[in-house]
Amino acid sequence: MAEATQRPDPGAEGATEIRWHARGGQGAKTASTFLAESAVDAGFHAQGFPEYGPERMGAPIRAFNRVSKHPIRRNTAVTEPDIVIVLDDTLLETVDIAEGAGVDTVYVVNADVTTDRARAESLRKAVGDARCYVLDANAIAVDEIGRPIPNTPMVGAMLRVTGVLPLDTVIEAMSDKLSKKLPPKVVAGNVTAMRRAFEEVTQL
Amino acid sequence: MTVEKRHAIQPYVDPGQRGTHTAGGWRWQDRWRDLPPGGTVPVGGTSTHYLTGGWRSDRPVFDANACSHCLLCWVFCPDAAIELDDGKVTGVAYDYCKGCGICAYECPKQGAMTMEPDTTAPDNGEAAI
Amino acid sequence: MKRDSSRVALTGNEAGALAMKQVRPDVVAGYPITPQTELMQQFAKYVADGDVATDLVLVESEHSAMSAVIGASATGVRAMTATSANGLALMWEMLYIAAGYRLPISTMLVSRSLGGPINIHCDHSDAMGMRDTGWIMLFAETAQEAYDNGIMATRIAEHDSVRTPVMTVQDGFITSHTTQVLSVLTDDQVTRFVGVYRPERSLSNFEQPMTYGSIVLPDYYMDIKRQQADAMVNAPRFIDQVSEEYAELSGRRYDPIELYRMDDAQVALVVLGSAAGTAKDAIDIMRERGVAVGLLKVRMFRPFPHVEVAEALSRTRAICVMDRSLAMGAPMGALAQDVATSLVTGRRVPPMYNAVYGLGGRDITIEDFQGVIEEAAEVAVTGAPKAAVRYVGLRGNEE
Repeated sequence: MAEATQRPDPGAEGATEIRWHARGGQGAKTASTFLAESAVDAGFHAQGFPEYGPERMGAPIRAFNRVSKHPIRRNTAVTEPDIVIVLDDTLLETVDIAEGAGVDTVYVVNADVTTDRARAESLRKAVGDARCYVLDANAIAVDEIGRPIPNTPMVGAMLRVTGVLPLDTVIEAMSDKLSKKLPPKVVAGNVTAMRRAFEEVTQL
Repeated sequence: MTVEKRHAIQPYVDPGQRGTHTAGGWRWQDRWRDLPPGGTVPVGGTSTHYLTGGWRSDRPVFDANACSHCLLCWVFCPDAAIELDDGKVTGVAYDYCKGCGICAYECPKQGAMTMEPDTTAPDNGEAAI
Repeated sequence: MKRDSSRVALTGNEAGALAMKQVRPDVVAGYPITPQTELMQQFAKYVADGDVATDLVLVESEHSAMSAVIGASATGVRAMTATSANGLALMWEMLYIAAGYRLPISTMLVSRSLGGPINIHCDHSDAMGMRDTGWIMLFAETAQEAYDNGIMATRIAEHDSVRTPVMTVQDGFITSHTTQVLSVLTDDQVTRFVGVYRPERSLSNFEQPMTYGSIVLPDYYMDIKRQQADAMVNAPRFIDQVSEEYAELSGRRYDPIELYRMDDAQVALVVLGSAAGTAKDAIDIMRERGVAVGLLKVRMFRPFPHVEVAEALSRTRAICVMDRSLAMGAPMGALAQDVATSLVTGRRVPPMYNAVYGLGGRDITIEDFQGVIEEAAEVAVTGAPKAAVRYVGLRGNEE
């Protein structure tokens, strides 16, 4: 059960700190990068960085963002996230997604809680009293993109829940980044997935 | 505390007593500031000024009558000391020939190139090390 | 001042590659090593896409990379490369040669710890290993600085009165792999700033031939090295000229050191690289709590700005010099040694000690800095550091 912590650091004033939990290959690094890029496009200051270890497809990884109106000077890890995004709910069994979270931390989790009540319960247990939002991003991704890569719909959901950046700005940055690697049809699918997630995310 | 009067730090004195030294019109200087940066040699072909002929104790003697001009001596000479004219061997550049004897060894013709003791030395403008 | 630049989000590696592309080197030799790999990869992409007409030579090792660049530079063209850690170590002998032959080579170092045990993350052990090689060394706190240094380096190296290779250093992963905001110049602006490198004397000048690499015996070697040392000592003046010109172009002015809240500081931290940013945030917090602490960030590490450093630190009561590497067997780390020497030369030595942090990429947090500042504040009162070398963020406490 997560222990709520106060956030005494005035230096972080104005900076929203985000932590991503995912498995290698689910697009967390790409998402944290285009989130940083969109923040800059929207006129903010931002950082986006993954945590580097022995990466392999499927291994648990973390990525981070800071978004702020003010220049960001600190070059240190995010330890007290304001927003926690979980791209893979199987991580609940191996990773403490609530580590460093405070009373106001918001969670956005990729999970199918409608058909899987046990999952809903373990999720509530993991986050305690914190505000938690869920979305079956895998299902949306399979529908719109053809593969269960949940990063883009999860970004959509996070933007709806936190309002940290305007959706359209992020969609533009995301399309720009993805079209360097993916064909237009797939990029368009990602856009649709993001918009759907924006509408469909619900509170736990 | 009394300190003995000592000499000030003296500049380096070249043991070869070479104050200045010409090679192809370019002069070594006595001051570190004036040296070519990075120790580069700022002119080309300076090896021609280094007369190594004084190193030998035997010299090759060329007999044009015995020579078939196969040019093997010229091919093998490590110092490019075989002189040619119009594709034919004309002699040996004794300013540079170190007397290694490879030309005589490789020569297929009896007597075209033979080694003899040599106690002479070319008139070197510079001391060879 | 003209402010004709655009705001982008790039990682330090992308920023470095962009700077390299805009500088338009004639020859680049490349060999991959984490965390530099993406920088070279991006540059290779620029070449493949025809965005820059560089002769890109993919060599078989870093020793070859520096050798190739030295050879190219000696023929009078602009040559660059990039590396990290063990790659830099592998080119060690060639670094001395590049500097000894006074070749204006610009190289980007993405700092990473030297193996033993293997670690791919950031620390400054690689950079410190080359501090005596005769290269000018500039450290970046951010991708912005890495970009700007990458452009100025070419002008500095090629300056007639400098003619010394320049290493621009950015922190591996922390800067190189973090997407962050920076302002970049246009290709044209950079082209005009760096100009064309066509030295009068080089191996390509057949009218006036010259030789690189001949042996120099004891009768002349020392004098030539003295000349090289002189160029290093006099370089700051010309580095400043380049910085001034760059400031006119970009609106960003760089000095050999950066002072943060040092005017009335009783306690000073001295830092190189990305941790300086974190230090600034921690300093703001501790200032709120009444600690008169400031930061001296060293940007130009070689030649070491000993006069400016001594001047900035002379009125403090405690100095904590933070090293992101170990100088095994030395009384204090590399940066601390240079600061100590500067203070001795400046003849005023406030209580000074060393704090080693962040080896092998270990994070240094705001809280860590607060602890360092609190301890330094105590030293300002007692005049007695707890030890010559302290370690920040070790498993298990020292006490």
